[in-house]
This record gives sequence, C-alpha cells and structure tokens, in this order.
Amino acid sequence: MPIQTIVNGKSVSLTAEPDTPLLWALREELGLTGTKFGCGIAACGACSVHVNGEITRSCSVPVSAISGKAITTIEGLINTEGALHPLQQAWIDAQVPQCGYCQSGQIMAAAALLKKTGNPTDAQIDEAMTNICRCGTYPRIRKAIHAAVRA
Amino acid sequence: MADNPVLENDGAAPAKRKGVKRRAFLIGGAALVGGGLFALKIADSAALKKAIASTTGAHEASFLAWIKIGADDVVTLYSPHIDFGQGSHTGLAQMLAEELDADWSKIKVEQAPPEGGFANTALGRYFMGEMGGMPALANAMPTSWVSMMARSMPVQLTGGSSAMRATGQHGFRVIGAATRLALIEEAASRIGVPAAELTTEKGHVVHAKSGQALRYGALAEGAAGRTLTSEPKLKDRKNYQFIGKPVPRIDIPSKVDGTARYTIDVAVPDMRVATIMMAPVRDGKLEAVDEKPALAVAGVEKVIKLDEAVVVIAKGYWQATKGLQALAPKFTDGGHGTLSSSSIFAAQDALNNAGKPLAAPADGKSLTGAYKAPFLHQAMMEPFAMVAQYKDGKLEAWGGLQDPLSTRMKLAAAANISVDAVTFHPMIMGGGFGRRFPDYCQIIDQIAKIALQVPYPVKLIWSREEEVKHGAYRPQVAARLQASLGKDGKILAWASDYAQKDDAAREGTVPYTIPEFEARHHDYISNQVNAFWRSVNASQHGFFNESFVDELAHAAGQDPYQFRRAHLPAGSRHLAVLDAVAKQSGWGTSLPAGVGRGIALVESFGTIVAEVVEASLKDDGTPKVHKVSAVVDCGTTVNPRNGEAQIMGGIIMGLSSAIGEEITLEKGAVVQSSFPDYPVLKLADSPPVIDVQFIESDAPMGGLGEPGVPPAAPALANALFAITGQRVRQLPIKAQAKAALVKLG
Repeated sequence: MPIQTIVNGKSVSLTAEPDTPLLWALREELGLTGTKFGCGIAACGACSVHVNGEITRSCSVPVSAISGKAITTIEGLINTEGALHPLQQAWIDAQVPQCGYCQSGQIMAAAALLKKTGNPTDAQIDEAMTNICRCGTYPRIRKAIHAAVRA
Repeated sequence: MADNPVLENDGAAPAKRKGVKRRAFLIGGAALVGGGLFALKIADSAALKKAIASTTGAHEASFLAWIKIGADDVVTLYSPHIDFGQGSHTGLAQMLAEELDADWSKIKVEQAPPEGGFANTALGRYFMGEMGGMPALANAMPTSWVSMMARSMPVQLTGGSSAMRATGQHGFRVIGAATRLALIEEAASRIGVPAAELTTEKGHVVHAKSGQALRYGALAEGAAGRTLTSEPKLKDRKNYQFIGKPVPRIDIPSKVDGTARYTIDVAVPDMRVATIMMAPVRDGKLEAVDEKPALAVAGVEKVIKLDEAVVVIAKGYWQATKGLQALAPKFTDGGHGTLSSSSIFAAQDALNNAGKPLAAPADGKSLTGAYKAPFLHQAMMEPFAMVAQYKDGKLEAWGGLQDPLSTRMKLAAAANISVDAVTFHPMIMGGGFGRRFPDYCQIIDQIAKIALQVPYPVKLIWSREEEVKHGAYRPQVAARLQASLGKDGKILAWASDYAQKDDAAREGTVPYTIPEFEARHHDYISNQVNAFWRSVNASQHGFFNESFVDELAHAAGQDPYQFRRAHLPAGSRHLAVLDAVAKQSGWGTSLPAGVGRGIALVESFGTIVAEVVEASLKDDGTPKVHKVSAVVDCGTTVNPRNGEAQIMGGIIMGLSSAIGEEITLEKGAVVQSSFPDYPVLKLADSPPVIDVQFIESDAPMGGLGEPGVPPAAPALANALFAITGQRVRQLPIKAQAKAALVKLG
C-alpha cells in the first residue's frame, strides 16, 4: 500500500516499504537529494526536514509514520515565485557554507527556529541549532540567523 | 618563473586541434623514475592537445588548456584543485582575473578533467623547488606531504594548503599575465598601433588615443595563435583589483538551495546501491560469509565478497543496509588482534625513553614532559561514496577525491584496464580534511571491483559507522620533551624524542632561539595507514611544543607571552604576530573568576598563526571556550573573507579535537563508531567570539586551509593550566580537565 503524503506542497504517493526511513524515500524515490545522509542515527542533523512544520531528522523516521503529513525539504523552502527564503539569502550574504554538505539541514533547522521564535536570542540559537558542521561554519550560521530576522 | 606551463603552448588555433589523433599517454610510471625536475616534463604536447580538444569547442580559444576565452567573452578557468569548501576555485579565479584584467562577471570555473594534460605542473614545480632546497619554500611543506607528492606525480592534488600559494601564484597569475600580453599584441596588429599604446580593462584592450576598445572575445582566437611569454611581469600589489578583495564565493548559491550535487547524490539510469562491511581489524580478510540471509531481504540483489569486505547490492540504500545487517561474516584479524592504543603508546614511550637524556645545567633547571596525541578521524560530513559502471571493457566512475588524476589511474589498476578506458567524473565533496587522498582510499579499489561483477551501474555508500571504523587517521604520536633553563630564565637546550612513522622534521621544530636544539624521530609503525588530518603533523607537534614552552615559561616564573617574546628574534614575523595577538586579545588584562587565557604560536604551510584562547571549565569539568583571538601572517591574503572562514573553521576543528575527539584501538579494532562516541563540536560549544586579523606583507604567500588548526589545542590547554594549575599532556583534554576540577575542590 503506497503511503500518501504531501511533499513541498504536492501530493505524493510513496511506494517504499513502510520501515524505510523518510530520508531514503525522499532521496531515492523522489530524487530530492538536497536532504543529506550523514549518520543514519539522528545524531548529526544533515537530514533535517520539516514534518507538519516540526524539525525532524528524516533518517530516523519511517515513512509509515508520515502518512498524511506535510513534508518540507530544502527544495521546498523557495517560495512559489522562486524567491529564496530570507535564511537562504542571509546564508549567501554571510558566506556561510564551506563544503556545504550540512547546510540544507542547518537551514531547515534555522527555518523551524524562526517560525517558532521570531527573533531568537543567542541562547535560543544554541539550543535549537544542534546540527553538526565539520567545516566549523557556526559563527557565520549564528550571524546569518540574526541577519535573516532583520531582513 | 623561467620554467612554467606557459612554455608548452604550441600556438595552434583550437579549430586546428580538433581531430588530433588520440595518443596513448603514459601516466606515472617510468617518467617518475629518478625524480628531480625531469619528472615534471609531463605536459607533453600530445597530452596538451588532448586536454585542449576535450575542453574547447567552436568559437573558443584555449591558452595552454588551463584557460579558454569564448567569442562570447566568457573566460573559463580549469582548476586542477578540487574545491571542498576551502574556496580554491574562487581564489584561483581572482588570481587569474587580476593578471588578465578580466570582467569578473564573465569568469567561469570548471573542474579540470582528470587528463595528463591537466596535471598540475605549477604545483609540481613548486614542490620540486622545495625538494631542491629553494630557501623560500623550505619550511612550507610537511615532510610526509613531500613523500606523498613524490608518489602521486603527475598530480591534481589538493592538499598542503597549496592552491593559492603554488597553483595560483606560479600558475594562473603567470598564465593570466601572458595571455593578457598576447591579447594586447593581437589588438596592436588589428588596430595598427604599437602595443605600448594599449591598456587593458575589464575584459577589453583599450586604445585611449583613438577611443577604441576591443573585446577579449573578439581577440582570443588570434591571440591563441601567438607565442606566450614565459616570464610576464606580474602586477604590483598596489594595483590589485581582485587579490585581497572579499569576492563572494562562486560555489555558495548552490549550497543553500539543495542543488549542489555531491557523489552521494549521483543517480544514473538503472543504478543499484551497495553498502559494505570491512574486516574490523585493518589488514584482516574476509574468511567466510553465508550470503542467504541477505538475499532473503526484499530488494537485495547480490552479495559480493571482496578480500577484506562483504558487499550487499540492493535497489536502495535502506534495503542494502538491512541485507548487510542480516549477515554474520567472519574476518581474520590480520595478526593485529592484540594491538591497542595503550600498547602503541607503551611501545612509543619505550622508543622515546631510549633517547639520550638531556644533561642538567650546572646552574638552572631542567624539565621533562611526556606528551601524547591520539589517532584522529576527519569526520567529513558526507559519508564516503563512489559510483561506477563497467560496460564493454570501459569503466565510468564518479567520486570526490583529493586527486582526480591519480584516482583515475587507481581505478584503471583496480579494474586491470588501461587508463584510457576509464572515464572519471570528479565531484564536489562534503568535506575532506585529508581523508580523500587516493593513496589510502580503499573505496576506489572497491567500487572498481564491484562494478566489474555487475551489469548495472552501482553506487557504493559507506555507512557512517564503516567510515569511523575504517578511516585514514591522523597518526597516534607520543613525544618526550626535555629542556634546560638557565638562571636568567632563557632556554639553554631543548631535546625532543617522538615516535611515529614519518619524520616530522619541520613540524617538530620551534621558531624560538635556543642555543642547542635537537628533535629525534623514532620510527613507529602500527597497522593503521599513515594518513593526513587537517594540518598534518603540525597539529600534534604544535600541541606538544607550545604546551612545553608554556611549562618552561611557568618554570622560569615568567608570563607565557613575555617568555615567548624573549626567545624570538627582534624584527621577526613571528614576533610581530605574537605581539599583535597579545594586543588584540587584551593579554594581561583581568578576566572574570574561573576564566583563563592561553597563548600559542605555530607556523605551518608557510603561514604563521598565533592564537589566544579564553576558557573556563563547565560544571562537568569539560572546557568551555569563550573567545579566540587569532593573528595570521600568510604574506598575501587572496580573499580575506574566505581566509577568515578558513582560520575560524580551523580553530573550531582544533578545539573540537582537543576537547573530545579520539580514535582508540582495542584488540586491533577501532572502538568508536559514530558521532555519539566521536563527538564533534557543535554550535553551542564553539566559541561565541572568534576574532581573526591578518598581517599583510610581501613575504612569500603561505597557505590558509590548515594553519588555523595547530595553535588551538595548545592555546586551550595553556588557558586551562592558567585556571587549574594542571598541565594537560595528553589529548583529548576532557578527562584531565575533570580530574583537575576535582583537585581544585
């Protein structure tokens, strides 16, 4: 039985086996490779997406658990007119990414934070931004989140 | 600059190059025998023609393959360096644009194909110059990197913080300047005026007198038929328009919207996905495996046995993983079943302790410190992946490696086919940090062998656990440092003994004036590969030396900054960097209770970096870093904004390793398996303030990708000493800081 969900605003029916992590359904079945595999145990956050608006590490959620829910991935963050999300623009302006691999997850985590907390304090950023970046882009991530609020 | 790639231009227009008969090109092998400058005669004209033919289309003119200019004015740079976030592509483009007087909006960067004609001769010459003892370069490369280079030529190597200072400075600036002169000559003959009356500006040759301006695109084909000078005059720094400017990185937009495509994202029609389990002990072999449990898993198509591993191929990664988890393979331990981190340290200590004891001074003090640094994992965020298809005797592969050309050669060797039968697509990389040097990337061999056995394309993904357990680690090193202090508080003599595989002759030295200095290398080889980790041996030896200097300062009853000062030559760059960081950090000013400052100064890859760390201890006894001040002298900074990012990233990686990272061996196997037991610093624990300043000078250009790392660990350890009185002599710091806190009560 295919699983019905909404991905980036479009109705989608997923044929992956029910225990398949959402990450692999997104990447291999839908070709949405902006969401990355980092560890497979929800420890690094590279696979972060929004499920009904909540930040979720997609490597550790089976597709059976997302039936009927709305998923947003990095590809869905751009609005219908094709304009970048304020965070994406702030990421460019602050020259955040280095290798870039973790940045989809970082931006999704930041987007969820801004939705909940319009103008997060440094302490709130510390608490919410738990994704790993090995390149060490953290100072610029913090800067870009603050800048996106002002934008 | 007498001998550079510019000499190889044969001047033929690109149209005539089409249809050049492809000739087998001998890569590696015989040409390298004997080494020396002979090994660099690799850009033979057949290889060059092939390189140009493979990249240059109609209405495009090539200049030695490294750049091409289209009739539409687009200037394309072919980079022999991969860009894994260090900004090399943008930086090389800035250096080319500088000398070419290009229109920045018309500059494009492509990854150079892994062809012999694109072997990085500029880097090779730079490196060979260093082998030949050119004094300006003598301190720029780690010894182990030199031997890696020698093995890997002809190269497209990215490493050693070399892209700007070698390839940019000696390659693209030269070729840009020479191409500009050829464009001027072409314009002079078209307009019929002396070349001296012409200037260049934003992609045009301008004749001010007559008010004419000719586009580079209109001149390119003619200019490509002219002889390029091998010794063009390079711009003076006061005229720089691009070098030293914070130009936005060209790769960044694709990294914020999910469109950047890494190897792990490659999808080709009919592709399957494979995952792997290797012998837990390095050098171990696969003894036996019952394939049936895997084949019973839905979606699993095949189980492949390799010498050292078992591989499961399925429709997707999840199914392959389930198939692999169903297996119970038996592996041998390669004879290393009793090896452990503690047995390695014990063997290294024994070697060091056999070193000659330093005589105690007649009137002064002597000190000994035994220091230890663990194996470290690069923990690149993209788990290792490669894609390949073998069809009709040909192999096509995709991957992200720190040397695409030698990767292609290794694929050919593994598949036992000619290099010409291999097409390799270099991909961007989710981190590297030294992990992706082909010499120790088993995945190259594995993907080729897997592809040979299946009729479809296959993507091999290593799980995070396999990558942590089968990494190419920074070597575990132990050192014994001894020194004597005179009554005046000056260091009289210093003798260090250290045990590891490669001589770390350069990284083992210090910039201080010491009457008698000796660093003795003791060969120690474990079963692990002798791999590179961002900043190579400078990270362990920087920690050892700069911690021990701090010990000596305290033993002499002196302030650690002043003590270092007193041992640096007046007027030296090192002293200027040290003074600048002291000033910038407010060294000597008061701090809140429980917060301490530590200082460290390390030169690596031709760049001098001093850092001051302000730190305290958290309730659980682990370090908390509040602020890092860094001063960097790399001569010229090509892109200061990106340079700042590199130094910041290096500092965070250095602190991360010092605070929590270690790979340990038990019974020959790696204990750690993923981020929970190999903790990488997160945002909340990274310093809220990192203040980076550059000192610009006319000194030879140094690297920036790595030199931010080495001072971070000793500066942190020295800061902790300032608050606990406990000396950290073994990394990671975590456990010792806890003990220290207990002692503080």
